[in-house]
Amino acid sequence: MRFDSVLLARDAEGLFWMARYLERVENLARLIDVTQSFESPGRETEAWFGLIRINADEKNFLERGFSPDADHVKQFYLTDKGNRTSIPANLEDARTNARTLRPLMSTEMWRQINVFHRFVSQIKPADLEGDQLSRLCTKLREGVQAHTGITEGTLYRDQGWYFYHLGRVIERADQTTRLLDIKYMTLLPRDGEERRVAELTQWNAILRAVAGYHAFKRHARAEFSTDDVVEYLLRDPSQPRSVLLCVRRVEFYLDDLRRIYGLSRSHEAMEAAEYLREILTEKPISHILDTGLHHYLDTVQIHLQILAGAIGRAFFRDWRPPAPDWMSQTQSQGDAEGQSQSQSVGAATDMPGKLPGGRSEAMA
Amino acid sequence: MSGILDGLAPEYDCGRYFCELTKNRPDAGPVPGWLAERLAKIGLDALRGRAAAAETELIDLGVTFTVYSDATAIDRILPFDCIPRVLTHSEWDLLERACIQRVTALNLFLGDIYTKAKIVKDGVVPAELIYKNANYRPEMQDFPVPHGTYVHVCGIDIIRDEFGDFRVLEDNARTPSGVSYVIENRHLMLRSFPDLMAGIKLRPVDDYGRRLRAAMTEIAPHGDPDSQVVLLSPGIYNSAYFEHVFLAREMGVPLVVGPDLFVENDRVFMRTINGPRPVHTIYRRLNDDFLDPQVFRPESMLGVPGLIGAWKAGNVAIANAVGTGVADDKAVYAYMPRIIKYYLAEEPLIQNVQTNICREAEGLQYTLDNLDKLVTKPVGESGGYGITIGPRASKEELAVARASLLADPANWISQPLVGLSVAPTLGEDGIGPRHLDLRPFIITGKESWVLPGGLTRVAMKRGSLIVNSSQGGGSKDTWVLAESFEGAA
Repeated sequence: MRFDSVLLARDAEGLFWMARYLERVENLARLIDVTQSFESPGRETEAWFGLIRINADEKNFLERGFSPDADHVKQFYLTDKGNRTSIPANLEDARTNARTLRPLMSTEMWRQINVFHRFVSQIKPADLEGDQLSRLCTKLREGVQAHTGITEGTLYRDQGWYFYHLGRVIERADQTTRLLDIKYMTLLPRDGEERRVAELTQWNAILRAVAGYHAFKRHARAEFSTDDVVEYLLRDPSQPRSVLLCVRRVEFYLDDLRRIYGLSRSHEAMEAAEYLREILTEKPISHILDTGLHHYLDTVQIHLQILAGAIGRAFFRDWRPPAPDWMSQTQSQGDAEGQSQSQSVGAATDMPGKLPGGRSEAMA
Repeated sequence: MSGILDGLAPEYDCGRYFCELTKNRPDAGPVPGWLAERLAKIGLDALRGRAAAAETELIDLGVTFTVYSDATAIDRILPFDCIPRVLTHSEWDLLERACIQRVTALNLFLGDIYTKAKIVKDGVVPAELIYKNANYRPEMQDFPVPHGTYVHVCGIDIIRDEFGDFRVLEDNARTPSGVSYVIENRHLMLRSFPDLMAGIKLRPVDDYGRRLRAAMTEIAPHGDPDSQVVLLSPGIYNSAYFEHVFLAREMGVPLVVGPDLFVENDRVFMRTINGPRPVHTIYRRLNDDFLDPQVFRPESMLGVPGLIGAWKAGNVAIANAVGTGVADDKAVYAYMPRIIKYYLAEEPLIQNVQTNICREAEGLQYTLDNLDKLVTKPVGESGGYGITIGPRASKEELAVARASLLADPANWISQPLVGLSVAPTLGEDGIGPRHLDLRPFIITGKESWVLPGGLTRVAMKRGSLIVNSSQGGGSKDTWVLAESFEGAA
């Protein structure tokens, strides 16, 4: 038996994007859940519109015909299949990638995505109301977590596994910066005790959203400050969703690909990851907060994009033939809009529309 | 009146048709009786429940094909009927030999018409049938293929008439599909109806992937056992994409789409994360005219520019070969009995359905005179499209068929309406007879091998003769009994 498995560039890209889309679904569910807990009477709209802003979806949101109120934001992300950044659309893209990847995936992985996809495509407006919303978010999170578990237990660990995980941790790092940003977007009482309590409540909610509340409490000082939470989410070496931990995983995966599989093209990506790690560690948190957390998070997001781009250039781009004009607009919508969140549909758009390629005989 | 089905479906009546379960066949032994008893023991309600669960399972697993209508694409399962179709040891022996005979003749025919065309010169097959056929590929002239094999994968549609005699209805020598359902149906039966199969020795269906891979290696340039085989699919939007995935997995080879491949110096490579990697055999599941935009359709995005050049340079094998469509044409089909005799000096082991060729004055006249008794079929279509079933057509439909025939007689053949055999099938109104056919699959590298059984397609609607999946057909697990009960007490 030969074990020098071949990985098509297109499939590597498909794995990378499938993981990203699913990670987006999980994080979006986390963000929606935490936003709900940020709602304060009379301020619902600000809280929910913050979600639109951290995802840089303002333009998209208005173009889809929504107006800034809480219900519309929920619909925009949970039931609007036409919105490319919604949970149903992300899951659709994940499944489309999964279809291209079926020869590489376990049957169990495919089956779970397929069933989860059906669940998500059937979310109804009633599921967004009252206490239903939080339950829905839990189900969405658990759907992705079931995927993660099945993948951990069944996906063959060759090069493909690494590309899957590269996509996953890059997306996770990006999403953690967005979660931190949600805090920046929220209005707070001007000062005094009222502000301190409100702020504490919000930080607690964010910590819960990353499932990091208890671990944080164990390690932080009793009287923790903003600096501590930001430090924890940005660069705690053990918090699974911290940006630094994710970037270190990227370096580790790229190094393995080079060492074990002889993929020497990873040089540029390695440099991008290293640079990102420096950005994350060089300055004290107090400095970051003084000069503006939002601006800093933007910088981190941009460098995550540069990193993903470097991985793409090294390993994925090769499979695409020069695209004729009619294809180019569907190839990567994100790049053109210059958003920090790439919306490239990745390998999913290899054939726009239906090109049956000749009907197969008689079965058709 | 059916005897063995009395316990479950006392009303069951197969009429004048041959029933694949209740007709007495000596070498079926006790199997039909067992099957009927076990079905009765499960009972109608439980059967329905299990059948519904089995179909849900197919949806969850994505064992689906895609139907395109207007702008929407819908993933549909091939409806699955839980009552298997049983072929006896001797029936299968005949079917197997007949399939190999037919594929052998098809390959000899293709080898002849793409070289010296002796069969045309000898006046057995009219020249215009070959050279004016849209699927004739002049590029293939005098191009040798390994082992003389053009049709590496063949699906032959076989029906059974009122007398229980098998008849070939159609050859599929291009990219026949459906084999994945043969194997998936068996797995589904094993999971959902193990109690139906217990103790019955069946020929296994699990060897298909290994056999296909072996054939693909045999035809690779130089026959190197380490040859890189790939399956070339049009992609996820093709209606048979599930099958492409299935076969790539069963063979253990990469599933590629056109953009994954490129040609340099007449050699084919695939694009991997580690750069180009040579490819030696391509099992392609797209039609000839999409294969290479430099040779065929220039606008096709699905193929690989330069692929035909690499093939003709002998650096890559393509299965099925280009140009096989000239042999499975419905007009050439009419000549198949003569083609078999011409090359093999044998009688066809299984006969064609009697066929009138409308390009010939006599055939056209006969067809026009008997339009309401005949089935008319366009020669270039597949999937059951364009067919008019005379005895069941309205006056308007017959008028349309007549006009089409007169407008382009060469595009049509006609056949008598064969009373397709039936088998008990679970419908909304209980268990009743439904018409079915059989598509065995034959793999040929150096030699031919037939997958035991094949795809049994069944018309799920009462009385319907159309078994095609695009028109509401379903499928059954096809059992080939591994032992003969002939002579047993």
